[in-house]
Amino acid sequence: MSNDVTIAEICVAACSDIYRESGELLAHAVGIVPTIGARLAKLTHSPDIILSDGEAFMMSEPPALGKSAAHGGTIEGWAPFSRIFDIVATGRRQSIMGASQIDQYGNQNISLIGDWKKPKRQLIGVRGAPGNTANHRVDYWIARHGSRLFVESVDMVSGVGNDRARAAGLKHHHLGVIITNLAVLGFDENGRIKVLSVHPGVDPQEVTDNTGFPLDASTAPETRIPTDEELRLIREVIDPRAARNREVPVPQPVG
Amino acid sequence: MPDKRIELSDAVASIESGMTIGIGGWGSRRKPMAIVRELLRSDVKDLTVVSLGGPDVGLLVAAGKVRKLIYGFVTLDSIPLDPLFTAARERGELELQEYDEGMFVTGLRAAANRLSFLPTLAGIGSDVLAANPHLKTIKSPYSDDEYVAVPAITMDVALIHANRSDTAGNIQFLGPDPYFDDLYAMAATRTFVSTEKIVPTENLLDEGSFHTLMLSRMYVTGVIETPKGAHFTTCEPDYGRDELFQKHYVASAKDPVAWDAFTAEFLAGDEAAFHAAVERFHAEQEKSLV
Repeated sequence: MSNDVTIAEICVAACSDIYRESGELLAHAVGIVPTIGARLAKLTHSPDIILSDGEAFMMSEPPALGKSAAHGGTIEGWAPFSRIFDIVATGRRQSIMGASQIDQYGNQNISLIGDWKKPKRQLIGVRGAPGNTANHRVDYWIARHGSRLFVESVDMVSGVGNDRARAAGLKHHHLGVIITNLAVLGFDENGRIKVLSVHPGVDPQEVTDNTGFPLDASTAPETRIPTDEELRLIREVIDPRAARNREVPVPQPVG
Repeated sequence: MPDKRIELSDAVASIESGMTIGIGGWGSRRKPMAIVRELLRSDVKDLTVVSLGGPDVGLLVAAGKVRKLIYGFVTLDSIPLDPLFTAARERGELELQEYDEGMFVTGLRAAANRLSFLPTLAGIGSDVLAANPHLKTIKSPYSDDEYVAVPAITMDVALIHANRSDTAGNIQFLGPDPYFDDLYAMAATRTFVSTEKIVPTENLLDEGSFHTLMLSRMYVTGVIETPKGAHFTTCEPDYGRDELFQKHYVASAKDPVAWDAFTAEFLAGDEAAFHAAVERFHAEQEKSLV
């Protein structure tokens, strides 16, 4: 089974691994691959994490991928937006967010490209990134690892990086990992990005070449391949319509 | 109990240029669009708009009604960005206070509690502080912690769309998320609520539990019955988002000529004319599919 594993499925398993130590908390996941990863974690090693339908409900059985509680599943709690900010403040939440830019300390930008007063491109805004990074663990999912995304410095710090969090004394700040379509990145003791693993079939030099700051991937091990049971759950139970492969466009056989 | 039923035009006639207005809902969800459309028809300008924004912000900005925007984001949910807003932003013409979503809510809560500020961790370490030089931080009197002192977001008028109301202005939200509409009302001097349907008080619990009665008449100045008043945004469970129309709005908003045509077709007349034009739009879409 595992000889036709796709990059998307490797990324799903890496997202799932984020929740191994989580216990009972709300798993907030932006994007298809992170959402599948959270569901996979709940079905395997982390049955206690709490999923949401992406709207206002906590789900003991999630609805079909991309659907809200109105379309099925089992509701176990109510979490409208007003409660979400309360949950964020208690720290009983983890987020896997996206990013338009990330620097070497993990400062993340989703707000705009260019200058604040007259941006070249207005993006989504800082949204909840400052509050999330100030209050609970945040990880990032990057479907296209590139040197315009991993940059020397970001145009507007939305999610707070390690250097700024240390300077500001943010006690609850915790950046986990950055999962990309090429590699899994983490942080060294100085809070700088390092390569934890490179996905099977990816040339480590490709990681370095596609990062806008120095990053050595030459000695990194390979990212783990999902187990047969994980692959069965991903393909048959969680994502039978293979939405994961739309987010990581070329399903490259790697095994 | 008082009878607070008023006309759409009366509510908007009481809004003056230069005022600060808060608009309830979230993104492209349960926005008081009928009131927004009435604002577009008025000669009001120089507004300060407070919103967790969706098409309300795009439309008001494009019509030149907005001097200043206090917001957490502007999104159409199923479509991430509103082209009318991003275009105005990229021209650099808006005075802005862009907050983290949680900071925004903290500011509403401060206003609702009649405090000049409330502290929060959200924003510390981020460029939200640099982008909003009016924001100050405050040292905890009890520890070494430092917080953002989010100033109260007070407003002259709050505008909200609800599922049901009685004639006295007891407001009912039947959908899965009440958003922050109760806070807007508490943070505002006056609040106008448009509603899908006005029902007798004794029927308010026919469609939902008592938990849905989240906004008391003590905070409500006037209620306006506007069926489909949130269109094209969601108003669950009465109706979902009109995705087809939202796509048409976005496609039109990206091109000045198409936008003029959209404005002429949908926004030139009154509320009844708007809904008639939307019906024609859907009839034509169906025809083109056959």
